[in-house]
Amino acid sequence: MPVTIEIPTAFRRFTDGTPKIDCSAATIADALNDLTTRFPALSRHVRDEQGQIRQFLNVYLNEEDIRFLGGEGCTLKEGDRVLLVPSIAGG
Amino acid sequence: MSDSYELRCRECGKTWGNAPRSFCEDCFSPLEVSYDYDALKKKARKENLAGRAFNMWRYAEFLPLHDDFTPTSAIGGTPLVASRKLAAQWGINNLYLKNDAVCFPSLSFKDRVVGTALVAARRFGFETVGCSSTGNLANAVAAQSAQQGFDACVFIPADLEPAKVLNTAVYGARIVRINGNYDHVNRLCAQIADRFKWGLVNVNLRPYYSEGSKTHGFEIAEQLGWRLPDNVVCPMAGGSLIGKIAKAFNELVTLGWVEAKPVKFFGAQATGCSPISDGVKRNLARFEPQKPNTIARSLAIGNPADGPFAMKLIRESGGWAEDISDREIIDAIKQLAETEGIFTETAGGVTAGVAQKLIQQGRIAADETTVVCITGNGLKTTDAIAADFPLTEAIAPRLDAFEAYLDNQFTAAAAATK
Repeated sequence: MPVTIEIPTAFRRFTDGTPKIDCSAATIADALNDLTTRFPALSRHVRDEQGQIRQFLNVYLNEEDIRFLGGEGCTLKEGDRVLLVPSIAGG
Repeated sequence: MSDSYELRCRECGKTWGNAPRSFCEDCFSPLEVSYDYDALKKKARKENLAGRAFNMWRYAEFLPLHDDFTPTSAIGGTPLVASRKLAAQWGINNLYLKNDAVCFPSLSFKDRVVGTALVAARRFGFETVGCSSTGNLANAVAAQSAQQGFDACVFIPADLEPAKVLNTAVYGARIVRINGNYDHVNRLCAQIADRFKWGLVNVNLRPYYSEGSKTHGFEIAEQLGWRLPDNVVCPMAGGSLIGKIAKAFNELVTLGWVEAKPVKFFGAQATGCSPISDGVKRNLARFEPQKPNTIARSLAIGNPADGPFAMKLIRESGGWAEDISDREIIDAIKQLAETEGIFTETAGGVTAGVAQKLIQQGRIAADETTVVCITGNGLKTTDAIAADFPLTEAIAPRLDAFEAYLDNQFTAAAAATK
């Protein structure tokens, strides 16, 4: 499915300044793999040594945290937005 | 400018100097302020405190401030109440209540964090400051911004308690209400901080902001006569405060201001939003985020950024985490008010109620010194308990009316005891 991944400023030094990419992916995992394949330097910033999405990186599918959608296996539909956002503290 | 502190990644240890940034760009983990403790040992002396007022700034050397910093207002310096009646009801002997319900200027411990955050905001040249908030932080940002001449813009969940919204609006702050829960507001603010040159105190100024929480811990140690308690029961929303109290205690030990001793840290949440206590109780490697549904809105953070650190601290200290229902929160608010004359908000009810639960579970022993952290004022969340206090019937301003009223009361009381 054609989807858009939005890249936070902090990651753009690994993406040549690119703020977002369009890609075709069936799941969040596919989308993240596409992203890190295009920008290999980003790979270790997205996933930890065990291959899990880093603990302090939140991934959203449109408005929802993917952990409420079954994790990175959740499926994408055309036009979906995938957001990467660092977690921040309380209020 | 030469600093005795700088930002350091809590996971990979990389240092980042001093700048408005909250996370490590290598591993995305949170940054925190680290100090040169050898330099601090020479600079920070307990005897220096003698001439300083009892407020958070008396611990200036332990905070990310510049050397010629002059306090603009007396934040913190709240009472540590030695409990008698509540302790007796709970069956323990050494109970203390750290009462930030009367923290100046906006009646919650968030005044402390905003104190250090605005020093950083000034340093980095921000004219507009803001925050994502469950209420108390917005109050604190609005009040101190008004005093210090910052433009304030705060972001809150649309369904926040009316008193908390009013207590922000009155200072002239711009309030942006977001249709969503706090975690949605938080996410938006992360994106705003990424786009605009604003100082968002709990986003890009977060490392400096959270250092202010340490003063809650410094005060506890000083008020106990420069010793550490055996147990601390602390509310958890984002999970930051509990870790900062521990950091404060560790710094005092490092500088030799208090004797080292094991302190157990206990975390308190509402069952309707309990990702950290759930993670501790189920021994999870990572907490599972939740959709908040509780009257304790100031603790309603379903995706707590400092949750992993809070879980680690609780486990390593030998403490525990617990959560209680909304009904139990209200009962605890009433019990604290009726026994100690302290009217706390829902978060304080959570902490008090959880403390009682931990005692009942045998996790807190009767003779140990236990400090319960009360972090906000009950006047802000009266809606949550109003139903427990229906208006009574008014009577005529005549003695016979009062006598009739008393007769009715006695009759009702007698009927109730039958």
